[in-house]
Amino acid sequence: MAKVTFSIGGVHPHDTKLARERAIEVLPLPQTLYISMAQHLGAPAKPVVAVGDRVKTGQVIAEPGGFISAFVHASASGTVKSIAPRADLAGNMVPHIEIAVDGDEWVEGVDLSDTLVTEIPSDRAAVLDKIKACGVVGLGGATFPTHVKLNPAPGSTAECLILNGAECEPYLTSDYRILLERTKEIVVGAAIMQMVLGGCRCVIGIEENKPEAIEAVRRALTELPYDNIEVLPLKKKYPQGGEKQLIDAVMHRQVKSGGLPISVGAVVQNVATSLAVYEAVQKNKPLITNTLTITGDCLPVERQHNYLFRIGMPLSYIAEYAGGVPAEAAKLISGGPMMGRAIANLDAATVKGSSSILYLRADTTLRKAESACIRCGRCADACPMGLEPFLLNRLYKAGDLEGLEQASAHDCIECGCCLYSCPAYIPLLDHIRQAKGQVMGVIRARAAAAKAAAEAAKAAEEAKKENK
Amino acid sequence: MPTTIIWTIAILAGLGLLLSLVLYLVAAKFKVEEDPRIDEVEKVMPGANCGGCGFAGCRAFADAAVKAPNLDNNYCPVGGNEVMKQVAAILGFEVKEKAPQVAVLRCNGSCVNRPRTNVYDGAASCRVKAALYSGDTACSFGCLGCGDCVAACQFGALSMNPETGLPEVDQEKCTACGACVKACPKQLIELRPKGPRGMRMFVSCVNKDKGPAARKACSAACIGCGICAKTCQHGAIVVENNVAYIDPAKCKLCRECEAVCPTGAIHGVNFPKPLDKEAVKARIAERARKAKEAEAAAAKEKEENNG
Repeated sequence: MAKVTFSIGGVHPHDTKLARERAIEVLPLPQTLYISMAQHLGAPAKPVVAVGDRVKTGQVIAEPGGFISAFVHASASGTVKSIAPRADLAGNMVPHIEIAVDGDEWVEGVDLSDTLVTEIPSDRAAVLDKIKACGVVGLGGATFPTHVKLNPAPGSTAECLILNGAECEPYLTSDYRILLERTKEIVVGAAIMQMVLGGCRCVIGIEENKPEAIEAVRRALTELPYDNIEVLPLKKKYPQGGEKQLIDAVMHRQVKSGGLPISVGAVVQNVATSLAVYEAVQKNKPLITNTLTITGDCLPVERQHNYLFRIGMPLSYIAEYAGGVPAEAAKLISGGPMMGRAIANLDAATVKGSSSILYLRADTTLRKAESACIRCGRCADACPMGLEPFLLNRLYKAGDLEGLEQASAHDCIECGCCLYSCPAYIPLLDHIRQAKGQVMGVIRARAAAAKAAAEAAKAAEEAKKENK
Repeated sequence: MPTTIIWTIAILAGLGLLLSLVLYLVAAKFKVEEDPRIDEVEKVMPGANCGGCGFAGCRAFADAAVKAPNLDNNYCPVGGNEVMKQVAAILGFEVKEKAPQVAVLRCNGSCVNRPRTNVYDGAASCRVKAALYSGDTACSFGCLGCGDCVAACQFGALSMNPETGLPEVDQEKCTACGACVKACPKQLIELRPKGPRGMRMFVSCVNKDKGPAARKACSAACIGCGICAKTCQHGAIVVENNVAYIDPAKCKLCRECEAVCPTGAIHGVNFPKPLDKEAVKARIAERARKAKEAEAAAAKEKEENNG
């Protein structure tokens, strides 16, 4: 079969998957865990434990703070030492629950064995409840609560569940490793989500630079009794793992501006999320672990690792365990080199969505001095959303919000292709991200005003009727 | 040949006259009646079009001022009382005098006071930087040092000091238009009354962290200890969220708070003499001693009366 990819833009950074041959190792428990209350998209979770409480591994320690929010669980057993703000990755203060670890005593009802449970439950609502209760969120980067995404608004039906195994970011290998080591669990997780969505088609998209993973999933599919699940090898191109790009590549459909994937019948989930769904539904195990890659261009391969970490382990603890921060590292990044964020505070705790600690050398990562735009148009060629980054940059500098909205600044997915391709090193993404925020603010304010006006008109009409 | 020239001139002149007549009639017919006072007010405005008054420019301000019932909500910070008096004279309004204001930076986190914990190499804009992370020192409230305020100032009153890494306000040039206040993503710039002969006191810190954390991040941070509030005889200082604030309306410029502040977060500027901390402290101690004595005497008297 011919390999597919998305149709507009994209760039081809070298994949540099240096840690690909390193099997997943389990990290030992630290003495203290710091569990963030804001490790998912949406409202922060509300703590339900008090200082001094004894908690077991997997026990709920915080409940959702809103509709789009998620449960948070203790990732080891111990005593709650404090509930206080602590600096996150970016140095911003976020409430954390600090647990003094005394062991790994699990709550009851969790299946800790390795046996594969292939039987798919048929009660949709019960499965969704389990996914919610286990605090599963999207592990592809956005950490959107999975139970919300798997429960599309009435009137929209899912035609295709796309499992995202593209891992298009250079360096990262955690998804690749779980595709190799937990293949069957991922496929079962996909089958569960397929059932929840009403038995639609399921496509597992994997980029061609991971042939072993493609082969492993193919083998698992022949061994497991599920229908309508297939593997689709994708051409290697960044940002293939972007939701809209993956839908374009797999289904040849484009999500319109401001629309959700479900509007074209697609639901996209990461392979790591699929594994978390499997563990939640089949094993009753809450999301308290994830896989993280320690890698970078200034680490020898034998010092690169893929770790299974418990949520709440400080990054500094993991870095220390892996042999410390290399002296040549000029920048530390959490996430991939394209979209990840620089680590301003290595003491920050890991969260559900943590995927890597990346050490990069000065010449690969530090920005070069900005020069003038020569209007070469490379950024526009590279933009996978069909935007014109050079224009957005100019409009942002001029403060032209109307122009920015007309030029669809709010459609930017912040993939960084424009910045990557700019020969003048103009900080396009930095400015467009700001512009996007401003335009989104305008759109939201307008929607709120329209809603208020409609309500006022309605109230006035009703008052008129009553008077009559 | 001469006839051609004559005809040409005659036709063009005729055409010009005819069209000017049309223009004149149209202008007379569709004339927009505008209050002549708008022009008059605009003439006395500074003409900076900075937007400090909240309107799009000086003409928009003049238009609003002419239409408003009074001048309570319209004030030109750039022109100050002088311009407002002239505007009031034109419009026949009363105008309340406002104390002239000046922009004050409430951050003292210079390179020396605030050790850097990491290095930023992104776009040189405070707004971008603030959206990415808390800043390159342990203080998440302080100045980011990219100079968005300097870029926002139309009057050249702000400049970055490369030594401290902080912006500096030239109080002669500052018009208190408030553009820098809006530009700062950390809300560090405050418009405060200039004070008599420019003398004013302010807390040069907005760090809301608890004392030890604030102190660790910056040696000149306000640690919220409250000594200044206890010392102040005028009730001008409030400590809220671990940070002190001096109310300029109540401050009597005695500089006692500045003398007792353990971190030097309180600044007094434009005072003719440098502050003699020891003398002021001695004065405060003396006052405390006297108060104690008076209290003891009062207690004694009360006892005697009772006895």
